[in-house]
Amino acid sequence: MRRNLAVGVAAVATMALLAACGGGGGDTPAAESTGSGGADGSGAELVIWSDAERAEAIKNAAADFEADTGATVTIVQKNFEDLRADFLSQVPTGEGPDITVGAHDWLGEFVESGVVDTLDLGSRAADFEPVTLDAFTYDGQLYALPYAQESVALIQNVDLVGDTAPTTWDEMIQMATDAGFGDRPFILYTNGAEGDMYTSYAFQTSFGAPVFVQDDDGSYTSEVGMAGDAGLAYAQWIHDNGAAGTGYFTDTVDYDIGNELFSTGQSPFIVQGPWTIPTYQDAGIDVAVNPIPSAGGETAAPFVGVQGFYLSAQSQNALLANEFLANYVATDDAQQALYDADPRIPALTAVAEQEADDPIIAGFIASAQNGVPMPNIPEMGSVWEFWNAAQIALIKGDDPQTTWTGAVSSIESAIGG
Amino acid sequence: MSEAPPRESHARSWRGLGGGFVAKLLLMMLVNAAGIAAILSAHAAQAWVILGVLVAGLVVADWIYFSKRAVPLKYLFPGLVFLAVFQMFTLLYTGYVAFTNYGTGHLGSMQQAVDAALIQDERPVEDSPQYPLSVVRDGDLLGFAITDDADTVQVGTAEDPLAEVDGATIGDNGSPSAVPGWEVVPRAELFTDTDLQQRVVELRVPISDDAEDGSLRTREGSTGGVYTSRLVWDPAEQTITNTETGVVYSPSDRGSFVSPDGDRLAAGWYVSVGFDNFVRAFTDATYAGPLLKVTGWTFAFAILTVLTSFGLGLLFALIYNDQRVRGRKVLRTLFILPYAFPAFMSALLWRGMLNSEFGVINEWFFLGSDIGWLSDPWLAKIAILWVNLWLSYPYWFLVTTGALQALPADVMEAARVDGAGRWRQFRSITLPMLLVSTAPLAIASFAFNFNNFTIIYMLTGGGPAFSGSSTPMGSTDILISAIYQISGVSGGRADYGLASALSIVVFIVIGVISALAFRRTRKLEEM
Repeated sequence: MRRNLAVGVAAVATMALLAACGGGGGDTPAAESTGSGGADGSGAELVIWSDAERAEAIKNAAADFEADTGATVTIVQKNFEDLRADFLSQVPTGEGPDITVGAHDWLGEFVESGVVDTLDLGSRAADFEPVTLDAFTYDGQLYALPYAQESVALIQNVDLVGDTAPTTWDEMIQMATDAGFGDRPFILYTNGAEGDMYTSYAFQTSFGAPVFVQDDDGSYTSEVGMAGDAGLAYAQWIHDNGAAGTGYFTDTVDYDIGNELFSTGQSPFIVQGPWTIPTYQDAGIDVAVNPIPSAGGETAAPFVGVQGFYLSAQSQNALLANEFLANYVATDDAQQALYDADPRIPALTAVAEQEADDPIIAGFIASAQNGVPMPNIPEMGSVWEFWNAAQIALIKGDDPQTTWTGAVSSIESAIGG
Repeated sequence: MSEAPPRESHARSWRGLGGGFVAKLLLMMLVNAAGIAAILSAHAAQAWVILGVLVAGLVVADWIYFSKRAVPLKYLFPGLVFLAVFQMFTLLYTGYVAFTNYGTGHLGSMQQAVDAALIQDERPVEDSPQYPLSVVRDGDLLGFAITDDADTVQVGTAEDPLAEVDGATIGDNGSPSAVPGWEVVPRAELFTDTDLQQRVVELRVPISDDAEDGSLRTREGSTGGVYTSRLVWDPAEQTITNTETGVVYSPSDRGSFVSPDGDRLAAGWYVSVGFDNFVRAFTDATYAGPLLKVTGWTFAFAILTVLTSFGLGLLFALIYNDQRVRGRKVLRTLFILPYAFPAFMSALLWRGMLNSEFGVINEWFFLGSDIGWLSDPWLAKIAILWVNLWLSYPYWFLVTTGALQALPADVMEAARVDGAGRWRQFRSITLPMLLVSTAPLAIASFAFNFNNFTIIYMLTGGGPAFSGSSTPMGSTDILISAIYQISGVSGGRADYGLASALSIVVFIVIGVISALAFRRTRKLEEM
C-alpha cells in the first residue's frame, strides 16, 4: 500500500534497513521461539503478528480459542507497513510468526520467497465476496483468509453539487462547472510531486488499459496491459487535463492538501478512500459516495485492496493455526468484531450486507464491486516508480507519446531484469 | 600520562566500609547473571555460534575485572564489546550478504525452497467434498478416519488406502467417534502435542490404490479433503521431478530449481555469488548509469552542504560575536532554533512550503508563480541544499562562536599593531586558527551528510525520477537513499545482496575520504 506513509516513517525505515542488513541480530537469541519441544506435553504457543487496529479483535477471538484448546496465543503488534518486510526476513530464520495480518498485494513476493502456506476454506469459501478470494489466489491456490476489502470511490460535496451521481467524467465536470467550480472541478490526488496512480486507476481502466493483463480465471499475468492505443489515449487524457490543457490536474495535491481543498469546499469532487471520510465529516461536509465515473467509456474499475491472515510456511503449529483461522476467525462474530475495530468493508458477504444500511459504506461497496483486485504478482512492485513518474510528467505537459511509451518500456525492462 | 604511586583501587580490596569492592561485586554479579541468562537462551535456541561468543565474552569479562594484570582493559572492555556488537558484527554481516543473492525469491535455505515448491504444488482435487475426519492411531501408526457421503466410516494410513470399516460410530459433529481396532485421538491431545500435530499435518492417506486419484489430508484435524501433487522431491539426487510431464528440476548455482529447458520453480534459496553484486553495480547498464549520476550528486550534496552551512554559520558567528551587537544572547538562542527541531519535521514543513501551487514560498516571494521547486530536477537539488543549509547552519554558528571566543586575544592584538586590516586578520589568523579546531567537525559533517537519508526521503523521496531509466532512482537520490530503493524494504523487488554491496562501497568511500582529510587537518595544526 503506497499511501498512508505515516509521519516519522523515515526513522523507522532506516532502522528497518539496518535490521534487514544486520540480519536477525546476534544478541537477542530468545526473541520468540515458535513453540518448540512439544515433548513435555505443555500447550503450544501460537504467535500472531498484527497491526494495532486489529490486535484487540484478534485477542477476543483468541480468548475462546485458548479456552477450547489449551494453547496460548501471543499477539505481536507491529506497524502495518513493517509486517511485509519483517515476515519476509523472519520466516526463513524460524523466528517468524505462525500467522500474520497482511495485504493481498504482498502475496506474489511471499509465494516467490516461499514463506506462505496454502489455505482451504472448503464450503465456507462461498460466503466470502469473490473479489476478496481472487485477490488472495495465486496461480490457482488460495493463500490467506480475507477479512476486509477497501477501494477508493467518488466522494462529492452534497451542498455544492447535490447528491446525483455523475456517470461520466464530462457529466461530473459539467456539474462542477455549473456550480461555479470551473477552475478546479475535481481534486486529483498525486501525492505531491511524486505521483499516485493508485487512486486514479479507475480512470485508466475506463480507457481499457489495465496495468497487467488478466487471464480467463482472473489471475494476473506479467504482460503489461497499458501499452498500445488504449494506454496512449489515457496518457493523452491526463495530458489534456494537466498544465498543457484544462489545468484541472496539478502535481501539488498531497494527502493533506487534497483533504483541505475538499473540506473547505474549494472543490466539489474527489476520489479517495473510506479512511478520509471522518476528516470531511468533522469539517461539516455533507458527503455522498458513489462509483467512479467513466472517462474513457468503459467501466471505471478502481483497485480493490484486500486484507487477510497469512499462514507461515514454516509454522511448527500449522494444525493449530488452521484451526484458529477456520473456526475462530472466519466466523461471522469474529469478522464483525474485526469490522467494529476498524471499519473497512467486510470480506464476508453476510457481514458486509449488514453494514450496507449506511449509505457511505454502500457507496464504497458499490465502487468496490466495479473494481479489480490490485495485482498480487511480484512484478507489481517494479511498476509504481515509473508509473507515478509518468503521471507527473504528463501533468506537467510532457509529450504523451514519448512519456507513456518510455514508462511502459522502463516497466517492461525492470520486470524482465 | 604519569602513573599515580602504586595504590590499590577501591574495587580491588576491602578497605574501610568496602563500598567500592561491594559495588564492583554487585555489578559483576549483574553482568554474570545477564550473561548466563543469554547463554541459556542461546542454548535453547540452539544458536551455537552465539553461545560460544557469549561464553568467551563472559569469561574474558570476569578475568579482566578480577585479575590484577588487566588494568587498562578494565576501561576499554565495555567499549570494545559495544564496538564488536554494534559495529564489527553489522559490518561483517553486511559484507557476508554482499556476496550472496539474498533478496526476493532467495530468502531461505534449499530445504525451505523444497518445502515451498511442494506446498505450492499440492492442489485440492476439483469439486472434492470435505469429509468430517478424526485422527486415529494404533500404537505408533497414525491414520485418518472419515465419514463419507453415505455415512459410512473409512479408515486409511500412509501405506494403506482408505477402506470401509464396520462397526464404527459417528459422533455428534459428524466425524467418527469410535473405530474398531483404532484409538480415536482426542482433539485436546492433538492441540497440546506439537510433535503429533506435525505428523498429522504431514500425513497423506491415498484414497485408492491408484496414486493419481490423490490423497486425503487435513489442515486443522477435523475435516479432510482430497489433494493431488505433481512434484516429487528426491533427497538423494537433490532434484524435484514433475511426475506428470517427467521434467526434472535440478538446483542451479544461482539458488533455483531449473529444468533443462530453463523453466524455474518460483521459490529459491540464497547462495554465494562471489563478486557478482559488485560487478553488477559498476557494469550493469541499468544500474551503472543512474548510480554514477547519483554518486556525483552525493558528493556535490555533501560538500556543498558543509561549505554553505559552515560559511553562513561562520558569517553569523563573526557578526554576532561583535561586542556592539545588542541582545546577543537572545539572538544567538533564536539562531539555534532550526537545529533544535527534529530534522524530519522540518523537512516535512519545508515540503509543504515549497509546494508550487499552495506553498508560501511561491506565494510570498515569487508573486504566486508556479515554480516547481520539488518537481524540476535542478530546482529540487537547490531546494534540498537550501533546506539542509537552513537545518545545519545553526550547528556551525554554535561551533564557530565557541571557537572564536577561544582565540587568543594577544595574537589579534599583535596583528593589529602590525597594521593588518580586518580582512587580512580574518584570512591569516582567524580562519586558520578556527580550522584547527573545526576541520575535524567538518569532516564528520561531510560523512554525516554523505549518508543524510532523512532529508532526502522526507523532502523529495529522491524524486523527480530520472526519465527513461529502468531503475527506481531520481535526481535528488543520494547513494544511501538509492540503496534503500534497491533493498526493496519500501516495496518492490528486494535485492539485499546488491544493496549490501553498495553499502560497503559507500563505507569504503567515506572511510578513505575521512582518512585523507584527517591527515590534512594534522598539517593545519602544524602551521
